[in-house]
Amino acid sequence: MRGFLEAYCEKSIQAAPLAVFRILFGLMMFAGIVRFWAYGWIEARYLDPALHFTYYGFEWVQPLGNWTYLLFVLCGASALMIALGWKYRLASVLFFLSFTYIELMDKTTYLNHYYFISLVAFLMIFLPANAYFSLDARSEKYRFQRVPAWTVDSIKLLLALVYIHAGLAKINSDWLLEAMPLKIWLPARTGMPLIGGLMGKEWVHYAFSWAGMLYDLSIPFLLLWRPSRWLALALVVVFHTLTAVLFPIGLFPYVMIVSVLVFFEPRLHHRLLQGLSNVLGIRKSRFDNGREWRPGSVMANRFRMGVLGLFFIWQLLLPWRYLCYPGELFWTEEGFRFSWRVMLMEKTGYAQFKVVENATGKWYYVNNADFLTPFQEKQMGFQPDFILEYARYLKGHFEARGGQEVAVYVDCFVSLNGRPSQRYIDPGVDLGREKESFSHKTWILPFNDEIKGL
Amino acid sequence: MKKSILLLLVLAATLYACSSGSTDPDGAGNGPGGNEVRFDRSAMLANWADNIILPSYNAFLSSHANLSAAMQTFRANPTLENLVGLRESWRASYKSWQRVDLFEIGPAEEVGLRLQVNTYPADVALIESHVAGGSYDLDLPSNRDSKGFPALDYLLNGLGADDAEILQKFMDEPAYAAYAADLIDDIGARVSGVVSVWNNGYRDSFVAADGATATASVDRYVNDFIFYYERFLRAGKLGIPLGVFTGTPAPETLESYYLEGLANELFLEGLDAVRDFFNGRHFGSTTQGESLASYLRALNTVKGGEALDARINAQFNAARTLVSGLGSFQSEILMNNPPIDMLQAYDEVQAAVPLLKVDMVSAMSISIDFVDADGD
Repeated sequence: MRGFLEAYCEKSIQAAPLAVFRILFGLMMFAGIVRFWAYGWIEARYLDPALHFTYYGFEWVQPLGNWTYLLFVLCGASALMIALGWKYRLASVLFFLSFTYIELMDKTTYLNHYYFISLVAFLMIFLPANAYFSLDARSEKYRFQRVPAWTVDSIKLLLALVYIHAGLAKINSDWLLEAMPLKIWLPARTGMPLIGGLMGKEWVHYAFSWAGMLYDLSIPFLLLWRPSRWLALALVVVFHTLTAVLFPIGLFPYVMIVSVLVFFEPRLHHRLLQGLSNVLGIRKSRFDNGREWRPGSVMANRFRMGVLGLFFIWQLLLPWRYLCYPGELFWTEEGFRFSWRVMLMEKTGYAQFKVVENATGKWYYVNNADFLTPFQEKQMGFQPDFILEYARYLKGHFEARGGQEVAVYVDCFVSLNGRPSQRYIDPGVDLGREKESFSHKTWILPFNDEIKGL
Repeated sequence: MKKSILLLLVLAATLYACSSGSTDPDGAGNGPGGNEVRFDRSAMLANWADNIILPSYNAFLSSHANLSAAMQTFRANPTLENLVGLRESWRASYKSWQRVDLFEIGPAEEVGLRLQVNTYPADVALIESHVAGGSYDLDLPSNRDSKGFPALDYLLNGLGADDAEILQKFMDEPAYAAYAADLIDDIGARVSGVVSVWNNGYRDSFVAADGATATASVDRYVNDFIFYYERFLRAGKLGIPLGVFTGTPAPETLESYYLEGLANELFLEGLDAVRDFFNGRHFGSTTQGESLASYLRALNTVKGGEALDARINAQFNAARTLVSGLGSFQSEILMNNPPIDMLQAYDEVQAAVPLLKVDMVSAMSISIDFVDADGD
């Protein structure tokens, strides 16, 4: 085993796939930042709201007022630097930190694909992605044509973990036996050109559900196995294009499409880079020096391998942490985020908060629009940790205003995957007294139904 | 590379063939998996526009014409009888307004019609200063609470303790009538402006935007519709006067505060407008067209489960029954501490909110805001 590992670590491959990945990733991230800014989302998501929903342990990560724009500039600039391979080490650290900071500012905007990007960015800090076809590699000292095989393989592994976890998460009775939530989402799309006529049909809902599950579970293997690789790419393109057309998921489908190119033979990447060289008038051959990139000192390499090892163990375990919690995962959402449960639920909620002054018994309802944006209110309505954080905010707000202690109760209704709405939170619990933690939230009412499966 | 392009073409062709070839004409439901949601969003939009929204606006404009005429009659001949006639026209027009108040979309949204026509409570001091000063700019946002139906409420019902006193005020001070006439003209001009935009292109673009994104008509209007129910019907007409958001009742914030009992009628008219719209009922008729209710029924052919449209209708009816049983809102609030019956009625009105905002929105997959969301 030890011998195998050592031999594997010694194995080297062409650096071209890594260079192509770096360039495409950097460009997509730059485009993503520009898009976010252009839609006015910096104001709408980070500057306008009166309060921000924070991640447990990261309450200190807050928008920086007008400096938030600078954060986005930094993030976009470092993405471009990554694409160019210019001061790559610094750029990859900056990009990881700025992007992750942005995502941590408000969990209302949490998306699995933003998390994915943070993970890739972290991984890239440790990869010599600037060894080939980069501005850094103009210097002979940093120019290498070959890199260790594990560098490209680590990206493949991360992608495979995402797909497989997403596929496993689809093995549940709602998805496979009820075709939920596609049964809700697809009929809304009957007006689409070309495929709209299909979207109302029940068999299509089932076909999409099963195909989605099989796709997620099999695609990493189809990509790994050479004879099926082109077929796999075609599937990736069709699948992600369909999701892009059907659902508002931004750039994610395109990020996935370009990412899977790492599975291909270097021949393809050399061709792509040659094409790019022709366009830009670069002499590509100057990078083909036959040199192999070697990790620095033994200590540095051990550190690198240790970090990456822990990183992947973490990735393997985190999606399963929900097993530590009682109750239905989709209902309580304890352990739901960061585990590749993508497009699995149609969940909607409505929460009406009641504030009671303890001394006088005087009570009143809260108008959520006074404190939250419509998007925040929507996300808050069905996620217990949001409800708690908001209740505690309300307690602070009304105690500061009225000068006396208040209790905060909520009457909340949630509908999950087309079921009739059901009361979600114990209306008799003063949420102002509850505290956020990793332990189970006992004030979530039990789910009236059962969803079988993983 | 060639192979994959070929494959893509084949896949696209198959999808296309399936979508165009499999439209069996005799409807849904043959065996498991054979069900189909058949619903035409643009037919619903057309029904909304042609049979509900525009006829409601036209009815409002004709009630407003009556109001204008009654105002002229009264100014020409300020008698007790003409004052009563003017008040009746105002009351009819105010009720008719409840049938269009919920359609704050497109041109109405652009000009903020609701704020222009029905901001209450009215600012009495501001009204008096306009009347006394004789010059005012009704376009100013700061003057919104000195005009519209609520200001007319003050002028027609609140100037004196009884009709004789009110009439005396109008006779002593002609500026009151002049101001009231200006307010009536202002309402007419603003609503006519909105209707003319509807008639000159907006109707067609409204119906044409039949997609399912946050900018499509159905998604946008359903959001506005629920917002109306929650914010203006539930909170504005009941909740705020009851003090449910402050803990202190505030009867002076009632709609038509100066004519006791009218607030009840206005609320019920608004609720009926909501219910009729939900059911796609043509204005002034019992015919029903494509609507949110029929959409929910169509979706249920695939989704199964209980009939949500029936639940929502039952909730509207339950709310209506309780509110109809109340005395005038003024007396309910002032005579009872706390006003238990009215609070109960409020709860029944409130109970429709989760049905609309959670169950209906979720069943229809309505987008609430333009954002990326991967469903988690």
